[in-house]
Amino acid sequence: MDLLVVLSFEALKAVASLALISVGLAIIFGMMRVINLAHGEFLMLGGYAAIVATKAGINIWVATLLVSPLVVGVIGMVIERTIIRFLYGRPRDTMLATWGLSLLLVGLATTIFGNTTEGISAPAGSLQIGDYRIAAYSLIIIVIAVVVFAAIWAVFRFTRYGLIARSTMQNADMAAALGVNPSRVYAVTFGVGAGLAGLAGGVMAPITGIVPTIGAAYVAKAFITVIGGGPAILAGTVSASVMFGAIDQIITYLSTPVIGEVALLAAAVVLLRFMPQGITGRFFRRAA
Amino acid sequence: MTANWQGNGGLVAATVLGLALLLALPQIVDPVMMIELTSYVIMAILALSLGLIWGYGGILCFGQSAFFGIGAYAYAIAVINFGDSTIPLLLSIVVPGLFAALLGYFLFYARITDVYFGVITLTVTLILYKVMGATSGSQYVIGVAPLGGYNGIPAVPPLNLPGRPDAALSFDGLFYLSGLMLLAVYVGLRLMLKSRFGQVVVAIRENERRAELLGYDARFYKLVTFAIGGAIAGLAGCLFANWGMFISPDVFGLAQSAQVIIWVIVGGTGTLLGPIVGCFAIQWVATKLGAQQLLNANLVLGTILIGFVLLVPKGVVPTVSDALRRLKFRPYVATLVEQRRVP
Repeated sequence: MDLLVVLSFEALKAVASLALISVGLAIIFGMMRVINLAHGEFLMLGGYAAIVATKAGINIWVATLLVSPLVVGVIGMVIERTIIRFLYGRPRDTMLATWGLSLLLVGLATTIFGNTTEGISAPAGSLQIGDYRIAAYSLIIIVIAVVVFAAIWAVFRFTRYGLIARSTMQNADMAAALGVNPSRVYAVTFGVGAGLAGLAGGVMAPITGIVPTIGAAYVAKAFITVIGGGPAILAGTVSASVMFGAIDQIITYLSTPVIGEVALLAAAVVLLRFMPQGITGRFFRRAA
Repeated sequence: MTANWQGNGGLVAATVLGLALLLALPQIVDPVMMIELTSYVIMAILALSLGLIWGYGGILCFGQSAFFGIGAYAYAIAVINFGDSTIPLLLSIVVPGLFAALLGYFLFYARITDVYFGVITLTVTLILYKVMGATSGSQYVIGVAPLGGYNGIPAVPPLNLPGRPDAALSFDGLFYLSGLMLLAVYVGLRLMLKSRFGQVVVAIRENERRAELLGYDARFYKLVTFAIGGAIAGLAGCLFANWGMFISPDVFGLAQSAQVIIWVIVGGTGTLLGPIVGCFAIQWVATKLGAQQLLNANLVLGTILIGFVLLVPKGVVPTVSDALRRLKFRPYVATLVEQRRVP
């Protein structure tokens, strides 16, 4: 019984992490149709922002939950203004340019921080469940994921920015005719997506540690989740995270973490064979 | 008729030039540079494989290094087991070709859009990297070949004359063989693209729906093109394992996949010469960068990629040949265009 609780808790944590690392990508792709191959590097930058801030004496919660998203969000906006905006409507070129960006950021981080793993210790103890002990930080990740998704939903559903952003993505010309400045909306939306990636990077940093090349470890999973999820940004990310996170955890428990990741990928390829539009392309079409 | 003759003439000229370079280079280049040059030639075969499926097939594959790596591993594992290299060489071509066909079946027949296709092929490569990296225990053995995890497989035996394991290929021999293979792949692809099959492949790239309405099954043609590309990449992988006498999961890494893309986009998609030129140029730059400590290689390669996408999206070879045509050969091109208009 205790084992079952621990296992479902671990599965929940895997789902929450998957959802967290994917949501920034899902927003940038879902709203703007920009495939951002530098997503993993945004996570990496978020991790470094958290580590540098913590080492500078800033409280670790402020560092991971505030400094990381702000820093990466600003970087994201700068990148949108300097590179991405010239490539709207050219998905292939966008992918190539963001891949170049990914290499560039890895190179930059290696130059600045060196090719060594940096880390901060997880800021919470452990919880006792029967005979088992689990890291309390896992619980915090789950809570953060829930709060982040609720906040995104609320922002896009209820705020003025959310309304303007959604309308601009539907019909930029019409929005412009009504007095919206589309390029500003694009920049802010890209910044929001980048900031969420930064947040995820900061939150994951105490668990994984950070190296300049850590983005490669995230980017594959994040893309599989977003593509598997399909067109609805939030519902898609959540449903794909639940499915892939559960598969990953169950197979990992039965064999090894690597086989778990292979199973995740194989499940995604087979899923796309039968549902090319992703989960929300087939089910819950009306979800947001 | 005339245009056809000119096309074949160009092909013959390219072959003669290639053979001449192949024979002349070892005489005029110093041995250290020859080692570098051999790897450039091998990588150019890999670049050609992507040049085919991306430039002509219109298939955006971000994981070409997966087939390269599978070919290299297939060769290394088989040759350690068999001793003789004939069957391992064939396996290094067939196994990645089949893997590409399998992957292609799932992706093309699901009619996944090209952007998703790029992401998934990239993911496959990254997963292979992890899987091969996790094989470091002594239980991960295929036949008598230990897989070695991130340390890779050292001391891969070289190619030998068919049936005679003692007659191994020398290092000069590897250069000649790689050069001949590059030439053979280049000529073979040129001929293939002129054939009926190649014409259909290009037609599908130009307008998939129209080609399908004319009765061609685009999924099947893409699948075959993709498998051919995979097989060629596997051949390059086999030669690469010979070159380093070593193979490790790094061939599946993000950097390796990115490099292939950069070669093709710098050289120019939609040409076969472009990927070769891009490969040689970028590899040369990378060698020079590796020799100094000031700038990180990733930093420079990333900047090159962004710069080309924003400023020279067509790549060097098409841009240069367009410019030449506009400047010098206007009358010549005009006649060519006239000829093409004749139904």
